Amino acid sequence: MLEHKDIVEEIKVIVFRLVDEEYGVEVAQVRSIEKMQNITRVPRTPEFVKGVINLRGVVTPIIDLKTRFDLGVEEYTDSTRIIIVAVDDMEVGLIVDAANDVIDIAVNSIELPPAVVGGIKANYLRGVAKLEDRLLILLNLDKVLSQEEIQAMSTLER
Amino acid sequence: MDMSQYLEMFIEESKEHLQAINDSLLALEQSPQSLDIVNVVFRSAHTLKGMAATMGFEQMAHLTHEMENGLDLMRGGKLAVTSHVMDVLFACVDVLEAQLTLIIESSTDVGIDIAGPVEQMKAVVSGKPVVAAATQVSAGEAPVAEAAVGVDFNEYESAILQQSNQSGFTAYKIVVTLTESCVLRAARAYMVFDAYERVGEVIKSEPRVEDLEEEKFDREFMIILVSQREEEELRQTGLNVSEVNSVTITKVGAEQIAAVVEAPQEIAAASAVETVPAPAPKQEEKPALVEAAAAGKAAMQETKKVQLGKSVRVDIDRLDVLINLFSELVIDRTRLEQIARELNHQDLVETVEHMSRISTDLQNLVMTIRMVPVDTVFNRFPRMVRDLARDLGKKIDFVIRGQETELDRTVIDEIGDPLVHLLRNSLDHGVELPDVRKAKGKEEVGKVELVAFHSGNHVFIEITDDGNGIDREKVLKKAISNGIVDEKLASTLTDSQVFDLLFHSGFSTADKISDVSGRGVGLDVVKTKIESLGGRVVTHSTPGKGTKFSIQLPLTLSIIQAMLVQISEEKYAIPLSSIIETAIIRKADIKKVHKQAVIDFRGRVVPLLYLEDVFNIPRETATDLEEENVVIVRKGENMAALVVDSFIGQQEVVLKSLGKYLTGTVFAISGSTILGDGQVALIMDCNALIQ
Repeated sequence: MLEHKDIVEEIKVIVFRLVDEEYGVEVAQVRSIEKMQNITRVPRTPEFVKGVINLRGVVTPIIDLKTRFDLGVEEYTDSTRIIIVAVDDMEVGLIVDAANDVIDIAVNSIELPPAVVGGIKANYLRGVAKLEDRLLILLNLDKVLSQEEIQAMSTLER
Repeated sequence: MDMSQYLEMFIEESKEHLQAINDSLLALEQSPQSLDIVNVVFRSAHTLKGMAATMGFEQMAHLTHEMENGLDLMRGGKLAVTSHVMDVLFACVDVLEAQLTLIIESSTDVGIDIAGPVEQMKAVVSGKPVVAAATQVSAGEAPVAEAAVGVDFNEYESAILQQSNQSGFTAYKIVVTLTESCVLRAARAYMVFDAYERVGEVIKSEPRVEDLEEEKFDREFMIILVSQREEEELRQTGLNVSEVNSVTITKVGAEQIAAVVEAPQEIAAASAVETVPAPAPKQEEKPALVEAAAAGKAAMQETKKVQLGKSVRVDIDRLDVLINLFSELVIDRTRLEQIARELNHQDLVETVEHMSRISTDLQNLVMTIRMVPVDTVFNRFPRMVRDLARDLGKKIDFVIRGQETELDRTVIDEIGDPLVHLLRNSLDHGVELPDVRKAKGKEEVGKVELVAFHSGNHVFIEITDDGNGIDREKVLKKAISNGIVDEKLASTLTDSQVFDLLFHSGFSTADKISDVSGRGVGLDVVKTKIESLGGRVVTHSTPGKGTKFSIQLPLTLSIIQAMLVQISEEKYAIPLSSIIETAIIRKADIKKVHKQAVIDFRGRVVPLLYLEDVFNIPRETATDLEEENVVIVRKGENMAALVVDSFIGQQEVVLKSLGKYLTGTVFAISGSTILGDGQVALIMDCNALIQ
């Protein structure tokens, strides 16, 4: 699917950390990276929706990726970052443990995700990139930020 | 040259010009004699033509050019304003609008058939003078609408003939005979006309052009042409059209002209003397203008000035960005104020205070920039009402008042469709047919009024008709059969409650409503839309006398007055529009009804809602006070008391969405706002809290 054997195409990804795993999102989908700030809780939303922040005058929803993927709860630290991503002009902030790298990866080094990776349902993943000494999990943001899911979940909450 | 950068400007301006043409044409229909109005239309059409040609929209330029030809004749008084001419002009405008839509969608005007209107327009241009000329003979009996112009025309015609004679033009009488085998005589006649129009000006024809168009002639027709060409050349021009058998040309001498002139001048004596622009050589207008005409011109130029104004077009998105940036600034201002207080530096405090004042003014300014007069929506209605009334065979006097009332751009964009619905409803089901009205002893012409006005923090838009009113019993019968109301309950409903049923979604779904009550088609859509804008609709109706729909809208969607409240550590904004009052109640006064806490508020039993529970607000330390702060809110007739920790105060808040990801999914939260300290506060939706 994502394998191109003939041409070596590269994509630029921003690398971030959740617990001890490294993930990547394409630079094209990232608007900015923000430091942790005060989040206004929005009641009666799914647990992973942490609330909204004032991002330079635009109210932006924030979700906690670890809660989203059931990777446990960890206190926010100095290295905690909010990655603002945009999918179909919908902007959402993702809370991650750290974000500190931008790398190029060859498209042909991306493999289809194994059935289950770190407890995250496979359809949230776009693939796994094999780098020299590490594995990078590429997220499928369309799926992660699917509104159908949040709608279904907030209906359940009621 | 790349024109794309001007496209947007072109579209905006074209819209304005088309609207101006539409408006003026409607006005012209009412007062066909007004040359000023023709001039306004002409100018708009002319500008439009120029713009379209510059932008490379040939089709549009071509059509406007034809319109201009017709309008030029009209303002010269050579073409009477008849309903046929008006229809053709309206048809042209419709096509132009379609072209503009196409341009907006695909940046091209190719694809819309303009042949029809162009032909019609040409026919009008070449034919109409004759109609007017014909009326000259029997000016006394001419229909009222045409009479004045017809008389004017005689004046013009005589002047044209005289002037053309003076400036080296010759008037010819041309008799054209078609071959016996000619089948499409009307088409040939048209071609002959067309050919002669190119070399001169057709002043008159016999039989009339309309009859020629309908082939109401045998094989021969006569035209009077003013031209500089030689007789022989003109003969050849005629013969060049195929199936023309012979062309007989005779010069019309000066005496004959004088004879022609004599009669009409008698008729025209009473009417105001107007200057006559010479047909071909562009002659400066005579300085000897009759005062009335001069005054009219001046007035027209004034309106033109108003129209142009000094304005800049700004994309609404840019204004949104401006407001966003501004709220950033406000946040910094708040911080600065804080710092200045802490440092207690006199100069700094003064500077910051000054800055605060300026930024408040600035904020007000930015907000008013977003305000647009409702005219931008209303202006398309006269045309719609005219067409609809025609289709329905009804006579409508449509009055618009208060079109200068301003509303926020976002509201303006949304309000159009509901108004169309309500207007259609009034026209279709409210106002009766002329003979029915007559039978009832009413004026034949029904009156429909569209009025907008300010009141407090709201704008009201009212649509009033003097039609049949709403039949309460029929509405109830329908509502009962649709299962919207209970039969027993029905008789206890007030009139306004019954009329509200019209807006119920269940009301219009069933078979043709018009068979039963004639009302209710799509009105639920209207209600939903208006409520989504934070407004409401109220219906008043008197049987036999008429109906009034009153729409109440917030001035703006982007700023609302809100009460800020605090619960534990969280702050919420409650729109002032839903608040009745705030109160402090004693815990001892709280009673229980079916496990639901209620209070007695001014003689009414009002349910008590603990926002802490509704919104699952975490609380570190439990409070145990003797008294509770409550905010009494309402939704329609129903009320609820919301328990909060404290009231922070009332302030204007800038309405923001929760972000696309969360929009529409959060219970009882309608949006958010950014507070002075940069934090986000959520805005409560009281309608969702009250069932």
